[in-house]
Amino acid sequence: MQVPLSWYLIVAAALFCIGLYGALSRRNAIAILMGVELMLNAVNINFLAFWRHVEVATGGLTGQVFAIIVITVAAAEVAVGLALIIAIYRSRHTVDVEDVDLMKL
Amino acid sequence: MREFFFNLVWLIPLFPLAAFALIVLWTNRNRLLSTWIAWIGIGLSWILGWTILFLTWQDIQGLTPPVDNYRLFLYSIPTSSTSLELGFQVDTLTSLMLLMVPFVCLMIFIYSKGYMNFGTDAVDPLYSRFFAYISLFACGMLGLVISDNFVTLLIFWEVMGLCSYLLIGFWSDKSYADPKRITPKEAGLKAFLTTRIGDVIMLAGMLLLYSQTGTMTFKEIFSPETLNQLATTYAFPGVSWATLCALLLFGGAVGKSAQFPLHVWLPDAMEGPTPVSALIHAATMVSAGVYLVARCFPLFIAVPGGAQLYVVSFIGAFTALLASTIALAQNDIKRVLAYSTISQLGYMIAALGLGAYVAALFHLIVHAFFKSLLFMSSGSVIHGVEHGHHHVHHDSPDHEEAEFDANDMLNMGGILQRMPATGWTFIIGALALTGIFPFAGFWSKDEILAEAWHDFIQGGALGLGGSWEFFVWLLLTLAALLTAFYTGRQVFLTFFGKPRTEAAAHAPESVPSMVWPLIILAAASIPLGLAGTPWANQYFTFVGEYFHMPGVHLHHGGFDPLIAAISLGVALLGWFVAWLLYGRKPLVEAVDPLEKPLGPVYTLLKNKYYFDELYDAIFIQPTIRLARQCATFDGKVIDAVVNAVGRFGRWLASWLMKAIDHPIIDGAVNGVGKAATWCGEFMRATQTGQIQNYLLVAAVTVVLLLALFLVRG
Repeated sequence: MQVPLSWYLIVAAALFCIGLYGALSRRNAIAILMGVELMLNAVNINFLAFWRHVEVATGGLTGQVFAIIVITVAAAEVAVGLALIIAIYRSRHTVDVEDVDLMKL
Repeated sequence: MREFFFNLVWLIPLFPLAAFALIVLWTNRNRLLSTWIAWIGIGLSWILGWTILFLTWQDIQGLTPPVDNYRLFLYSIPTSSTSLELGFQVDTLTSLMLLMVPFVCLMIFIYSKGYMNFGTDAVDPLYSRFFAYISLFACGMLGLVISDNFVTLLIFWEVMGLCSYLLIGFWSDKSYADPKRITPKEAGLKAFLTTRIGDVIMLAGMLLLYSQTGTMTFKEIFSPETLNQLATTYAFPGVSWATLCALLLFGGAVGKSAQFPLHVWLPDAMEGPTPVSALIHAATMVSAGVYLVARCFPLFIAVPGGAQLYVVSFIGAFTALLASTIALAQNDIKRVLAYSTISQLGYMIAALGLGAYVAALFHLIVHAFFKSLLFMSSGSVIHGVEHGHHHVHHDSPDHEEAEFDANDMLNMGGILQRMPATGWTFIIGALALTGIFPFAGFWSKDEILAEAWHDFIQGGALGLGGSWEFFVWLLLTLAALLTAFYTGRQVFLTFFGKPRTEAAAHAPESVPSMVWPLIILAAASIPLGLAGTPWANQYFTFVGEYFHMPGVHLHHGGFDPLIAAISLGVALLGWFVAWLLYGRKPLVEAVDPLEKPLGPVYTLLKNKYYFDELYDAIFIQPTIRLARQCATFDGKVIDAVVNAVGRFGRWLASWLMKAIDHPIIDGAVNGVGKAATWCGEFMRATQTGQIQNYLLVAAVTVVLLLALFLVRG
């Protein structure tokens, strides 16, 4: 029995919303980063679901390749993001994003 | 070969121009170098001019002016409907002028070195500048004769006018004790302004010609079709365009060639250095007026029997007689020659008016040679007398500073013994001028008189009516008599008898660079005349025979023994009377023996018929009064209006500043600034620096956009 496409999409949408909520509501920068990761993975679920249900019939691999690229980009993003957070922590002794408002004029 | 040399003709005026530029810009501190540059400049022009003339003699003769000539096209100025073509040309008239102009110029350039006291303590402080000016002048004259159109002709004409002004006033800081005597500065101004009157009239003539024909080149204007059109269309009833334009152009010739009534400037031009008098006011520039009439000769004869011919011949003959009477009573050696020049130019003009084209040009050429000789010779005398004066003055213990006039013939006498070379060359020039056989003036003057007589007997080709030609002949013959008389008077007063002053008794002969040009020019005055004998007239063969105009055949008077006898007779009579009065019993006192018997007539002649006073009263004083009144008007009315306008402007500006600039313009600018500030303040609230705020806005926006997208389908 094949899981219908809509189920995957619902799961992905839920995961995306959870990630978005986390990114918007948490004050800890590391938690925001985790929210972002959730959103990226929700996207990955969408890619793979569409690949499985739509593209596999034509023998294409775009959905899979895209998912792998997103995973790679996510890994790089985490590396850069964590590095930034550590740098901010070293200079300001906090990871609370509400205290990091240097962009305000 | 013809093409090769003709294409070089533009170089002829360029050499002296280059000499002028070199001297003015670089070498003016080095007198010797400047002299040589000027000499080389004019020398190259002379060599090139004569090369063109002699190597291409046959080719030039083969041309049939006025329509056929060799044109070197240089530049074209586009105008609205046509184009002004500027270029140079070679034809018989041009090459005849090239025979005379550069050679006489060269002689005078050589002479100038000695005259300006090169190499002595008395050297002129502006020596180099003098050579620069005369080089520029030579450029003007040479350019004039090779111009093929009225535009360049006018340019070179005015260059000469400028040089004339500069050179007459060359000793501009000179002043005289006698306040009535004209100073060089005033003389230059007088010459410039007087000739300017003629030039303006001439310019009007040129412009009318241009408006009628649409071209400025001689070739096109003097073509038979154009001339026919000019002669048959009328400016006013009875006055064709040809007549009108010819008369206006003649105005320029009257000014430049010092014909009555604009003759007054030439005698005063003698205030300039003598080489200038010889170069400009005897040989070349004054003959430019005659050249202009000769160049425009087809236009002058386009309407046979037209008013222009009567005017030209009358002005010429009248001037010839008038000037020779004035010359009788002048004591300044150069002024006598100046009036003589006016008189001889009158001969040429009269000859042209009678249609004696060849005779006029013949006289122009030979006159240039012997008149420059006479002038330079008289300059040499003046120079000698001045040196004698300095010598005496230096030796005498009592330094009395009386004004001594070295030009006054009454202060001379017996110069022939002191300055033999100068004296004999002067006498040769005088014989040539008075028309004594076999000197040049005899042939040329006889040719003019013979033509007039021939026209009187047989009826001229130009339809003037025989009695008119007789009248002109009579005036010219009378002038010939007077010419011989005043020239004889000059020779006897200056060179014979005993010295009447110490200065004359101590006059030394001039330096070789002054004497040699005199000898060369004196030597030239016989063969030049022999080239124009009635039996084998080279001038006629060269200039006249090939002159082609439909219906016009230039003839030459031929040899009439009666006329030759009359002209020689009156010349000898003049000399004889002069000898009776001045030569037989040498003067002892400085008083003219004519003064007493002639009485008031002598005074009238001595004062030149009071022309200067007359012009002063009629033209100059009213002009000055008018100018004063204009100045008053200017100060009282024009200035007041201008000031009022200025004040109104200031008032208007301050009102505009208060009423418009401050509230509206400044308000708008400030308003824009304030609006920008306000917008900035408003937008500032949205920038919190909180990353999550931004993210939230982005997310909400995406959701809203998605919703919009979904709703719109």
